[in-house]
Formats: sequence, structure tokens, C-alpha cells
Amino acid sequence: MFAYILRKLLGLIPTFIGITLVAFFLIRLVPGDPVEIMSGEHQLTPAMHAEILQRFGLDRPLHEQYFDYLGKLVRGDLGQSLVSHEPVAKEFAALFPATVELAFAALLVATLLGLTLGIVASLKRGSWIDQGMMGLATVGYSMPVFWWGLILIMFFSVQLGWTPVSGRIAIEYDILPRSGLMLIDAALSDQPGAFRSAVLHLILPALVLGTVPMAVIARMTRSSMLEVLGDDYVRTARAKGLSPGRVVLVHALRNALIPVITVVGLQTGSLLAGAVLTETIFSWPGIGKWLIDSIGRRDYPVVQTGILVSATVFITVNLIVEVLYSVVNPRIRTEHTAQ
Amino acid sequence: MNTQALRTSVPSPIREFCAHYADNTGAVIAFGVFTLLVIAALFAPWLAPHDPIEQFRSHLLTPPVWTPQGSPQFLLGTDALGRDLLSRLIYGARVSLAIGLLSVVLSLIPGVLLGLVAAFQPRIVSPVIMRTMDVLLALPSLLLAIIIITIIGPGLVNTMIAVAFGALPAYTRLARAAALVEMNKEYVTASRVAGAGTLRLMLRTVLPNCMPPLIVKATLNFSSAVLETAALGFLGLGVQAPTPEWGSMLSAARDYIDRAPWVVTMPGITILISVLAINLMGDGLRDALDPKLKRNL
Repeated sequence: MFAYILRKLLGLIPTFIGITLVAFFLIRLVPGDPVEIMSGEHQLTPAMHAEILQRFGLDRPLHEQYFDYLGKLVRGDLGQSLVSHEPVAKEFAALFPATVELAFAALLVATLLGLTLGIVASLKRGSWIDQGMMGLATVGYSMPVFWWGLILIMFFSVQLGWTPVSGRIAIEYDILPRSGLMLIDAALSDQPGAFRSAVLHLILPALVLGTVPMAVIARMTRSSMLEVLGDDYVRTARAKGLSPGRVVLVHALRNALIPVITVVGLQTGSLLAGAVLTETIFSWPGIGKWLIDSIGRRDYPVVQTGILVSATVFITVNLIVEVLYSVVNPRIRTEHTAQ
Repeated sequence: MNTQALRTSVPSPIREFCAHYADNTGAVIAFGVFTLLVIAALFAPWLAPHDPIEQFRSHLLTPPVWTPQGSPQFLLGTDALGRDLLSRLIYGARVSLAIGLLSVVLSLIPGVLLGLVAAFQPRIVSPVIMRTMDVLLALPSLLLAIIIITIIGPGLVNTMIAVAFGALPAYTRLARAAALVEMNKEYVTASRVAGAGTLRLMLRTVLPNCMPPLIVKATLNFSSAVLETAALGFLGLGVQAPTPEWGSMLSAARDYIDRAPWVVTMPGITILISVLAINLMGDGLRDALDPKLKRNL
């Protein structure tokens, strides 16, 4: 098992190098001079321009800059933002928890709703309930996320006034960032109402970001459950006189979950892409919005980090899914060795 | 379905496909909706009641016709600049469908070719192609599209290229996997023994048999291309004003969310219905091309 994981990890090294190449060179292809964008309205003399280029090492040949970047990366140095002059790692550490919190909440919504829809639909196969639920899932799958966000804001925030429009917590609360996760920090603070405010801020963005994964999970759960429900061991469990709830939730679902877990894992990658849009609509201060703003500002180190992080998250999740899969199904492992 | 009729006469593959597709009511309705969209896109100048960029200054933010303040002149109302929403949506169908279709073609052809080459040249070429695709696949396609748009600039053609780029790796993987399965079959060996060259084996022998999963993938990709185009438009990076495009219409409507809900709802519903129709068609195609799968589920 350990050897299998190690082999997988070694196999990822070329992909990682490829990603650093893409992260480094792609953003440098963007037309526009970062120094000019940095200086904004100020007129720079050529001497000042050259000095700033030199200070950030942008005057050196590209391949030198790349190896310099790679060397620093290995040591965990992500560089300094060209705009805020803060270390990228520091900015990232402040914003990443917001995205993680949003993504987790979205995944929770997606899994709970998706599993429920999928299980109920599979049990009522062919009925109008099944058709209705799968219709709902197909609509969710086709939903333009940005519009869905606006519609929810229009209804819940503007019409009913139930939820706030943007941000992570109401402005009157001054929350000390301990974990970076607003729900936890608000719960730890002794300010009354802070936790409620954080929850209300999180609901709509999580629902919006969770919609597409929810639909995917619902469809997968249904088809996976249908396959399992016809199996002999489920019939045996029923024949033994177990309660229908126990048969479905313990015997059938446990085996039906394997492909569902894969889908949940793969959805994590698309959550990051969805986060770019969701964070923009709800002014959620996470890495999606930060990345979009930084591309516009030609902030090379920030964009490099953003690309690297999203790719790393995607690869790591995929690796975990593959390893989990080989735990469940040892044949995959041996096939790999045979190759 | 009438199985008796099928048994007595051997149906042509196309007829069998149509019969399977017709079984799926949702897919048939979706095909109807999609046909309407294509008609709207093709005949926009004749169907649209107004010029999509003409501004009716005396009719700013007119509500749809079914509301008390609505005007029969503007069936779905007007936007903040007094432009007719219905006309803009009809013309918008041109942009979305054109970008969707062309970006699928732009990613399908090179993607499939790369996949076939990777399958036929497993030693040196394949690892290079597949590792590159792994790298591209690891980046969220929307993020990749945004960076490419920033490099080559916004606009109709550039949006197409950016959207196509993100879809490329999936085709390469799929084509390679399908080709590897086919290459082990006897008909390919027979063709090789008969003296077929690599190019012929690739394009005439193997490729046609890899098509079903690729067609399904292309249909589903079409819908994500429409969504991604709208997302780029929404972020202000796609097709530029005053060209009517669904995503940028939504983005412009954000400021009127509390006063004029129709400017937000109409473009969104249009995007949703289009994407839904294409997805349902894709599901129908998949079931019809692989009837075994359908019977199992």
C-alpha cells in the first residue's frame, strides 16, 4: 500500500513541474507592464521604472527568474505581492480559510441534499417522485451559478430581508481571526449574535456553490443505489426481516457510496472554479476573488500562487480518491503493479 | 418500444438510434427547445421585433407586457438603456450558440487527434502529450479561460479560443482511452495485417469506432461552453458591449436587482433553458448510443 502511494506521488513530480511552468509563464504572457499598473496615476521616470524592475528581479532573463521562483518555492517562499508589497504567503493565509469555509459548507449542503434526493428517488424508482427529483437534479446541474446567486439575493435578501447580501459577518462585529473560519471564530467570541450573523452570511453562498455538486451527487447516488438494491445480499437482508430503513441505510447505502465518494472528490476541483464566481457575486473575501483581481493587476507572484494552489488541491484530492479506491478495490493496486 | 417489429426486421443503426432516442420524452422535448433556439439564432434579424442595440430613451426599464406598466411594444420589457430585452435575447442566442458550437469543434478536433497520436505512439510521444494534458486538466477550466482571455484580449473569437482550450484535455484522454480499447480488437489487427498504414488505421479504422463516447462528451461540453461563455461575459471578460450576450446582460443588470427584477430573470432563464435542453439531449444521446447502460439503470 505504502509503495503504491509512493509510486503515485513520484509520478506526480513531472505534473507539478509542468504546473509551475504554466503558472510562471502564462501570466507573463499577459500584455501590460506590472510596474506601470503598480504605479497607477503616478508618472515614473525611466530610472525609477528600471529601479522597481530590478528590486523585484523582473529585469533578469525569464529562465533565471523561473529557476529563482522554483528555488524559492522549494523553500516555501511564495514571493511578495507586486501591489500590496506583502508576502504572498501571508495574504494567502488570511484569505484561504474563507474559501475553505465556503467550500466545506457547500460540500456539506451538496452531500446532504444530494444523498437524500438520490436515495429517495432510487426507492421510488419510476414514480413521479423519482422523475421530479431527477428533474430537479438536472436543473441544478444546468444552473448558471452567477444567475442563481443573483436570484437568491433578489428573493431572500432584497424581498424578504432574511439574509445579508455580501461579506462574511455583519460590520458591527469585530472578530479576532483565530482559526480563520468565521463560524468557529464567531462562536468562540463572546459577542452575542455574532455566530448567527456568520451563519446567515454563509447560507446563500454555500447553497449557490453547492448546487451543481448536489445535482451530480444526487444522480450518482440514484444510479448507484439502483444497482445495489437488486443485489442478492440486499434481498437476503430483507428476507432476514430487517427493517426497511436498516436495509437501505446500512446494507445498501454503504456499498452504493463507493462511486459517490469518487464523485464528491472530483467535485472538489470544480468547487474551486465555482468559488471564483460565487465569491465575486457575494463579495466573499476568498482566494477566488483575490485571484481574479490579481490577474487584472498583473500581480505575477499572486497569480502564480493561485494557479499552483488550485492545481495542487485538485491533484491532491484526485490522489486521495485514487488511493481510497484502491483500498476498497485491491484489484486496481495489483493491476498497476502488473503493468 | 415495439420489440416485435425490431425482431422481425433488422433495423438500420440510425433508425434504431432514433427509436431509442424517442423513448426518452425529456430528450425529445429538449430537442424541440434546442431547435427553436437554433431557429432564433439563425433568423434573428427577421424574428427580433427591434434592433438589439437601439435605445428607446423614453422607455427605460419598461416592465414586461404582462405587468400593469408593461407595453405591447416590448414583450419582455427593456433594460436600463431602453433596449428591447426580447430582441437582445434572440440575438444573444447567436453569440452563445456560435461560441458553444465552434469552441466544441476547436477543442474536439485537436483533442481527438492528440489522443489518437498518443494511443498509437505509446513510447515517447504519449507521455509528453498526456503529462501536458494532466497539467491542463489540473487547472479549473474557468480559471484557464480567464487567464487566456487576459492574454489575448476579450472578444467573440478570443472567447471561443479560451473556452475551447479548457475542454481540450478531456477529449484527448477520452480519445486515447477509447482508441486503446479498440486497438486490441481483431478488426484492427486484421486491417494492420492487410497492410493499412498508421494514418489509415488511426482515422479510418479506429476513429469511427471511438465516436459514441466522443459525441456524448461533445454534447455535454457544448452546454458547459455556453455556461462558461456566459460566466466570462458576466465577469466582463467575454464578448464586449454593445454585442448582446446573455452573460454580460446579466452583469449589467446587477445594479437594478431591486428595481427591475425582469432584467435579471430573463437572461438567466434563457441561459438555464438552453443549457438544460442541451444537457437533456446529451443524456438522451448517451442512452440511445448505449442502450445496454439504459436497461441496467
